[in-house]
Amino acid sequence: MTDRREPRLQLLDVGKDYPGNPPVRALDRVSLSVDDGELVAIVGASGSGKSTLLNVIGTLDRPTRGEVIIANQRVASLSDAGLAGLRSRRIGFVFQQFHLLEAVSALDNVATGLLYQGIRSGRRRAVAADALRRVGLGHRMNHRPPQMSGGERQRVAIARAIVGDPAIVLADEPTGNLDSRTSAAIVELLRDLNADGATIIVITHDRELAATLPRRVTLHDGLVVDDTLGHVGAVEVAR
Amino acid sequence: MTEPGKRRDPAHRSRLLLTDALTTGTHGLRSRRGRTFLTAIGIAIGIASMVAVLGISSSSRADLIAEIDELGTNLLQVRPGSDVLGEGAKLPEEAPAMIRRIGPVDNASSVSTLDTDVRRNRFVENTNGLDVLATEPQLLTTLDAAISHGRFLDAGTATLPTVVLGSVAAERLGIIDLRGGPTVEIAGRIFAVIGILHPLPLNPDIDRSVLIGNVAAEQFLGAEIIPTAIYLRADPDAVEAVRRVLSRTVNPANPNEVEVSRPSDALEARARVDENLQNLLLGLGGVALLVGGVGIANVMIISVLERRGEIGLRRSLGATRRHVAVQFVLESASLATLGGLIGSGLGAAVTYAYAEQQGWRVDIPIAALGAGVVAALVLGAFAGLYPALRAARLDPADAVRPA
Repeated sequence: MTDRREPRLQLLDVGKDYPGNPPVRALDRVSLSVDDGELVAIVGASGSGKSTLLNVIGTLDRPTRGEVIIANQRVASLSDAGLAGLRSRRIGFVFQQFHLLEAVSALDNVATGLLYQGIRSGRRRAVAADALRRVGLGHRMNHRPPQMSGGERQRVAIARAIVGDPAIVLADEPTGNLDSRTSAAIVELLRDLNADGATIIVITHDRELAATLPRRVTLHDGLVVDDTLGHVGAVEVAR
Repeated sequence: MTEPGKRRDPAHRSRLLLTDALTTGTHGLRSRRGRTFLTAIGIAIGIASMVAVLGISSSSRADLIAEIDELGTNLLQVRPGSDVLGEGAKLPEEAPAMIRRIGPVDNASSVSTLDTDVRRNRFVENTNGLDVLATEPQLLTTLDAAISHGRFLDAGTATLPTVVLGSVAAERLGIIDLRGGPTVEIAGRIFAVIGILHPLPLNPDIDRSVLIGNVAAEQFLGAEIIPTAIYLRADPDAVEAVRRVLSRTVNPANPNEVEVSRPSDALEARARVDENLQNLLLGLGGVALLVGGVGIANVMIISVLERRGEIGLRRSLGATRRHVAVQFVLESASLATLGGLIGSGLGAAVTYAYAEQQGWRVDIPIAALGAGVVAALVLGAFAGLYPALRAARLDPADAVRPA
């Protein structure tokens, strides 16, 4: 482990079952390690367990089995409020459907990314303005989402995800609602942010998009069937 | 950062500043203004009706109390009751003199109902149900009565065939003023009308009477003067004490054959009757308020369903269940408070308009306005509790998923 950079995310033998008769096994023995500064694609067809994996990594859902460690925090040991605290500081989300607040400006939407850290409004806005400039929307700060294009909205959402400088940015089908030209620009933006040091995990069903990213983890029926880094099913985790 | 999973560092907890909680709690209201206003109106109607009921009855009571104050509560009235056999008793002839001897009694006057009728003239059969009362000149002072036309009986006119009319009596006899020297006929004799009284709110029986002097009654009608009512004014601080000793003073042998009353009690009873009506109306206002509260709960539940995505987003941004619950309780409470503010204003306006129209003094109870707003706030918080819990219990993974 000495030659490695600090792992930001570690999954060890993670399984997730959904109740039913018989129970639905959405994830099975998933082991994965993502280091500081990586840009990873998690690829898979619909029903492969991508969304479940996203929820487990994002701590929106708890695994049935196995261990999830984010920024050295063992998720299983945290209470519900503890997980919320982890999300507020360590994880940034980008959603396919943006999830922006329509009634407030781009600036305030981005500032919402810091809302649950207890930072004062003035400071939040100042940091948010920086983040908006980083995604190339310095000129659109006071526009509200309904006045913006799809690509611009997704840039606002990305700015909101990175505004708190989280350990991991989780992007769930970030280009799913965008045309191909806009998609390419968004992927370019993610690459730029990664080049600046952000650790980003992109979940997508789009193999072409995934092919442009440095590392691809392929899911099939809840199992990791390929990892271009070459540790399929056998990531060693320091315990 | 070294010991995984063992940290309880408060710096890593989610935190929401109070000011941010308030802004977040009104975010939903600001983004749906039309719905906010319509929902608030429900509460506003409840609060407005309660404030208006309190304001109007308080204005009406303020008016009544002012009237009572003006008329005084120190007028007492003594009448004969009935004896042990249920027969009508009589007041002793010397009763007025005995009463005047009670220390705190300022003055007293007696009236005697005469067994005779009064008409406009001899061609008229109708006696209008009016009484003919023999009395003394100081009755004017005792009753604190005011003359609208002419003058009252005095030492001179009390011995002459002259009458003074109560306000109702004058109206029924068709005598509006003293122009042309109107007269009335009592037991076949003509009496000149020398005065007409203003209405006496405490003594409606005097309003319906024709007053003549005691001496004139004896002289021209051959009447025997036996007091049928004695009015007296007592020192305001000793009214109760005077009241207690009156029966014994008037008729020491048979105190229970004397009825003592205070005419202003009737007005005060009217104020109390208003109180019952007020409680009923308040109850109705409360029902309206409750319906408004249910409306808020409904709208909040719909809002939670519609805003799954927002709730999921906030959870993913680090909001705890508690933060989400607080947001929706605050939203519900501020919605209701808005309704309370509108309602209090509306209620005050209705009170003002109604009291003005009735010619009452306007008395808007400030406490009721404040209570209206606070009641709305509390109701809103309660109404928001269940929707807030539903919002807090939403599974974040479900909530962020596209519907």
